Amino acid sequence: MAEKMQLNEVEVWDGNLAAAQALRQAQVDVVAAYPITPSTPIVENYGYFVANGYVDGEYVMVESEHAAMSACVGAAAAGGRVATATSSQGFMLMIEVLYQASGMRVPLVLTVANRAVASPLNVRGDHGDMYAGRDSGWVQMDAFNAQEAYDLTLCAFKIGEDMRVRLPVMVHQDGFLTSHTAQNVHPLQDDEAYKFVGDYKPYEEMLDFSKPVTYGAQTEEDWHFEHKARQHKALFDSAAVIDEVFEEFKKLTGREYKRVESYMMEDAEVAIVALGTTVETARVAAEELRKEEGIKAGVVAPRVFRPFPFNEIRDALANVKAVAVLDRSAPMGAMGALFNEISAAMYTTPNRPLITNFIYGLGGRDFPVSEAKRIFKEQKAHADAGYITTPIQQFSGVRGPKLGFFETKRS
Amino acid sequence: MAFNYDEYLRTNKMPTLWCWGCGDGVILKAFIRAIDKLGIKKDDLAVVSGIGCSGRFGSYIDANTVHTTHGRTVAYATGIKMVHPDKTVVCVAGDGDALAIGGNHTIHGCRRNIDITLIVINNFIYGLTNSQTSPTTPRGFWTVSQKVGNIDPTFDACKLAEAAGASFVAREKVTEPKKLEKVLREAIAHKGFSFVDVLSNCHINMGRKNKMATAMENLDWIDSITMPKKKWDALPEEEKINYLPTGILKQDKDALEYTEAYQMVKDAHQGKRGKITPDDFKKKI
Repeated sequence: MAEKMQLNEVEVWDGNLAAAQALRQAQVDVVAAYPITPSTPIVENYGYFVANGYVDGEYVMVESEHAAMSACVGAAAAGGRVATATSSQGFMLMIEVLYQASGMRVPLVLTVANRAVASPLNVRGDHGDMYAGRDSGWVQMDAFNAQEAYDLTLCAFKIGEDMRVRLPVMVHQDGFLTSHTAQNVHPLQDDEAYKFVGDYKPYEEMLDFSKPVTYGAQTEEDWHFEHKARQHKALFDSAAVIDEVFEEFKKLTGREYKRVESYMMEDAEVAIVALGTTVETARVAAEELRKEEGIKAGVVAPRVFRPFPFNEIRDALANVKAVAVLDRSAPMGAMGALFNEISAAMYTTPNRPLITNFIYGLGGRDFPVSEAKRIFKEQKAHADAGYITTPIQQFSGVRGPKLGFFETKRS
Repeated sequence: MAFNYDEYLRTNKMPTLWCWGCGDGVILKAFIRAIDKLGIKKDDLAVVSGIGCSGRFGSYIDANTVHTTHGRTVAYATGIKMVHPDKTVVCVAGDGDALAIGGNHTIHGCRRNIDITLIVINNFIYGLTNSQTSPTTPRGFWTVSQKVGNIDPTFDACKLAEAAGASFVAREKVTEPKKLEKVLREAIAHKGFSFVDVLSNCHINMGRKNKMATAMENLDWIDSITMPKKKWDALPEEEKINYLPTGILKQDKDALEYTEAYQMVKDAHQGKRGKITPDDFKKKI
């Protein structure tokens, strides 16, 4: 039986330690890991918990991230509660196996400290890796600070392991900005946290020798399509379970999570949509602008990136006139992915707000409150004019000549 | 007059990011001297580095350099060499890079015997990410991933390369910069896959927790576990396992080099010679 850790009502944890503490409290059976900046401390802390008897699980160090995720899928198929952590290049190397995990419907948890993807080599944060996982069939949740990284990691087990879901879950946090910034975190005590997550219930596990099963069987044109269709439906259907888990978590802690987080949107005329720590920056900007200039600004943030909250986005932005969608990932020859998805959702509503796209913060470039304010004001100008007065896609904070693409077509 | 390294360095990248007393600088300098003595022009040299402290090599040397992904130096270098068989191609990778995540590429580079030199900077640890067990971490050593002592067996990197088919295999250490320069010179001049295991120190992220907190203590330990091949050969068998032999451990000058073998394929397709058969090769199986 694992030792219990007596936690203070408020702990000072960075995002990495917060995620590691959640893995400990969930009493993960197997963590297979390979080190990579900035997520290394998640598995390092977990290793410390194992070494000191705070977890009964196994900690396996392997020879690459590909091997790490493969070992995790194996352990999950064998009937264990499994988790690991990675970032950037490690995430890219895991991608082949991410699709294996979701296709085999094994619930495991991947905590990601988001970081830019090379080349050029860069260890700082952006969302390039998160975006690269968006078609992999995983539930993707996004924490904006250390508290949320802790909370969502606990929720992740409960969501993925639910018999109605049985899908792997990622919990994202911003590399360095969240992963390495010590903040106040209100943890649950070990017993409470474990009770919330619950015992792991294996399903069709490989180590039930009385009932042998095959994971990852080959299908061709005969059944592959049906399998993928069911998987897609399962991912969309997980939304209801996510809502339930968030509700239960609120009852336990008082902390409320929604698949789309809206901030000062009740009367908002203009909005920023963003992910990660930028959400908090934008919230500060919105508050200040309301006070200083009376601009009715609000912030909308997908807490759950996959399954994409199509309906909730439509509700959240139902009454705004202009929206700036911020993508912290190089779109490379297209509009930003979040912009495209938000636009697609809003196109199917009677109110089609003016939507523009900002590419920002690549490779850890700072995104200050002043820039968020400038973007809000630009949206206000669009709203007042009744059309988009700037290029539709702009680069925010990049050095060199101003970069923008595509103008609105007005007949 | 003292040797002028600046000609081969990107001086605007100095000082290096390496810790004080790190062996990487010794290797960088020995490598530069080797290139200089061989008369290889910077324009005719490609340096391919991976991820980790060793990855910085590609930033500091003023040649044609590629800073690649973790573990894949030999794969990238194979592409370069196939396009430019006349150029000198050198990979620099750490023990984690070349033997763990990139182990597969290392093995197959050796097997093909393609004319690439792979310098493995072996500091017995994942240094850059703060001390996780690598494939060469000695058993019983403290690592951040095995704080009560590492249980994983180690690779003898040179034996691995030899068995995989590298035609030149050598081991040297940073405490012998002159010998290191000579070994690197021979490795680069050798036609075929040259594997050089260079033992280096990481007193910061390996030594500190293993009772060798200074560079000197770490280097003394490296000296204590190595001996020249001739001396090692004379040891009784049961003692050999406690030492790593240094110097050139294997050199087969007759082994068929891969870009030359590939020329045979081109010639055969273009009707300049007949089909390739087992008779074209000395080694039949």
